[in-house]
Amino acid sequence: MKHADAIVIGAGWAGSILAKELTEAGLSVIMLERGPERSTAIEGAYPDSVDELRGAIRKRLFQNLSQSTLTIRNTIDQTALPYRQLAAFLPGEGVGGAGLHWSGCHFRVSPDDLRLRSAVIEKYGEKFIPEGMNLQDYGVSYAELEPFFDKAEKVFGTSGVAYTINGKVTGNGNVFAADRSSDFPLPPMQDTFSAQTFRNACSEAGYHPYAMPAANASRPYTNTYGCQMGPCNFCGYCSGYDCYLYSKASPNVNILPALRQDPNFTLIANAHVLRVDLDSTKTKATGVTYLETLTKKEVSLSADLVILSAFQFHNVHLMLLSKIGTPYDPVSNTGTIGRNFVYQTISSSRVWLPPSKYTNQFIGAGGAGVAIDDFNCTNFDHGPLGFIGGSPVWVNQAGMKPIAAAGGAGGGGAPRWGSAYKTDLVETYKHSLGIDAHGSNMAYRDVYLDLDPTWKDAYGQPLLRMTFTWKDNDIRMNQYVVSKIAPIAKAMGATKTHLVHLNQGQPFDTRHYQTTHLGGGAVMGEDPKTSALNRYLQSWDVSNVFVIGSNAFPQGMGYNPTGAVAALAYWAAHHIRTTYLKSPGPLVKL
Amino acid sequence: MPSPDPDLHNPLRRSFVKGLLGTTSFWMLGGHALWSQALAAEAARTYSPTFLTADEYRFLDAACERILPDDHNGPGAHKLGVAEFIDRQLQTPYGHGDNWYMSGPFVEGPANLGYQLPFVPRDLYRKGITAADAYSKQQHGKLFADLPTDAQDAILTALEGGSVKLGEIPGRVFFEQLRTNTLEGAFADPIYGGNRGMGGWLMVGFPGARADFMDWVNQDGAAYPIGPVSISGETA
Repeated sequence: MKHADAIVIGAGWAGSILAKELTEAGLSVIMLERGPERSTAIEGAYPDSVDELRGAIRKRLFQNLSQSTLTIRNTIDQTALPYRQLAAFLPGEGVGGAGLHWSGCHFRVSPDDLRLRSAVIEKYGEKFIPEGMNLQDYGVSYAELEPFFDKAEKVFGTSGVAYTINGKVTGNGNVFAADRSSDFPLPPMQDTFSAQTFRNACSEAGYHPYAMPAANASRPYTNTYGCQMGPCNFCGYCSGYDCYLYSKASPNVNILPALRQDPNFTLIANAHVLRVDLDSTKTKATGVTYLETLTKKEVSLSADLVILSAFQFHNVHLMLLSKIGTPYDPVSNTGTIGRNFVYQTISSSRVWLPPSKYTNQFIGAGGAGVAIDDFNCTNFDHGPLGFIGGSPVWVNQAGMKPIAAAGGAGGGGAPRWGSAYKTDLVETYKHSLGIDAHGSNMAYRDVYLDLDPTWKDAYGQPLLRMTFTWKDNDIRMNQYVVSKIAPIAKAMGATKTHLVHLNQGQPFDTRHYQTTHLGGGAVMGEDPKTSALNRYLQSWDVSNVFVIGSNAFPQGMGYNPTGAVAALAYWAAHHIRTTYLKSPGPLVKL
Repeated sequence: MPSPDPDLHNPLRRSFVKGLLGTTSFWMLGGHALWSQALAAEAARTYSPTFLTADEYRFLDAACERILPDDHNGPGAHKLGVAEFIDRQLQTPYGHGDNWYMSGPFVEGPANLGYQLPFVPRDLYRKGITAADAYSKQQHGKLFADLPTDAQDAILTALEGGSVKLGEIPGRVFFEQLRTNTLEGAFADPIYGGNRGMGGWLMVGFPGARADFMDWVNQDGAAYPIGPVSISGETA
């Protein structure tokens, strides 16, 4: 049997970061990716890359559900049904993972995001937490993670403007943002016309607009690994595409070119991991078994260290299939694998400007825009409102293409076809812009992941089952924040505004895109009764398994998750390198 | 994803224009004249459906035109070649549901849990069109394509509203498939056979494959001044 010091499962951001760090530490690393190789130079090159049908519509870079999917239900008493067509969320597949087709919104976190339970109790008391909500702290502080946020930004080539650096105000960045040890590596992206209109209106309304931090390069950049990025030209093909200009950070552009030079590193594509193999005590992983998807041959590898760094729910699925830890049971409220599955609470409203103003919605960059944090996290008083969580509000004009625009036009009482629909589509495409409330989502006792009893993947293994719906706390949060958009829209000179928010009793709908920001299910924390992983993202149960990704988030935050995932990946890698490798075993002793 | 038939999977005009670029006469004549002649010739060509039968294609062409009718905003689905686009798409891996999870059992459930039928797009069109034409005959004594537009609209409205079942397929499912593919055909790059003359893009002001807006990130709300270009290099 072939042996590696470490096996890394999944070639996205988390896996590429861990593989880079572990090869730097001198380990031999085999990275397994179930999808194909992906090369911007070949299949991502212009002009084929700027093809909406081939890209976002036919879903070239996303997971192929014909091989494996999950089942979904809203409540425990329902039969979950397969997610047969990609819609509500779009996991990646292939080298680069979702890190190849993401937008590039590259946030840090609000310090209170990491200690939300403590922060809420300090301000409002424990009774403020609704019955059935599993509000938890991460077990790691912003101060501890700051060096790793800093390190990740210098790898990603992040464009942004700071508010404070080492306690001193340095620029017109986000006044709510935590202090930084150094500036962004690149200056902020330019405001689009839409974003600038929003910025002006927010300032007028007394809010605090800032340029969103973007892993879209505002200037040419060479990162800490010697990988090069070209300046973004706002072509609008970020989300759902591989950036033909090498301007959007991806594992493929920012890490793998350096990693592939290392003789200690081996990348095996088209390798679907079936399970992590454990010894008879179930406390130590011996390696992994995967299927070569092109030959259908099963291969086992042995390893001292196994890193699960696939997409959020694939990590949870693999833990359940491999019997790592105890599956969560919502009835007895025991077990941790599948517990605290979370999402985000997002709604997009629309504002129409006068006919003399063209928003040119096809112009944009995935991570660029203007946001306010006045209603995010703990930045406002929740006492009289009686809910937990919040949303940044932003204009993130990322490049709206016409098929997507046409599909979304009409509805809500307006015609969805015919001549009146056409008139509305033309006006909406030319003169409107979107404003998003991009909010948090709390964890609940009866929202979780487990194995489905009926449906199987192409390899004969049970599908993962998701039990999820919207809850009162998050619906009221979303409604409150969306209500704040109306006066901003008015100040923007809106001729018409269509506010969109969740409604009470509205179940989660799998048919419409919401976000790919799924989280939790194998969360980090300080108590093995309520977390699958310790604060170093190490399995409490199998100490040579680390599970890296948004699966570690105990609740969904208002910000996009990639920045936090990258920082947690560098944080875990640091402790593996400095402590674990010297003396393998649990990094937290109880 | 390998195509069952590379000629069919390959977009239409990519090979057409690349073939043109290779000819001596193109380079001798040069300039826009030959481009526009060639493209006009192509726009005038008739298309013979390959997957759909002639009758199914007549239904499709008529139904798409009601979803996106020719009007003061710009060309409708017929002029844009939407039916041709759909017939071509049904011969690609997409038509075979290549990235849909199609393992049973197939169980009916609440609408918000998504599509649960054992049919890929090719099945939806074949079964859906046959049943919709049968419904049309039953209601109006004629095939859908032979009805006046107000009767056609009434049928589509009934399908969209969910009150009609087309054999094994809920009317709403068929309608949504039709609407989705119609809009794709109107606004996808012309290499796929629809959006003829980039008429869909001209209508909404989308510049196609330009993909470089460094100078127009913020021009205080002025319209982007340059017309569209397609992946094959066609301009309008």
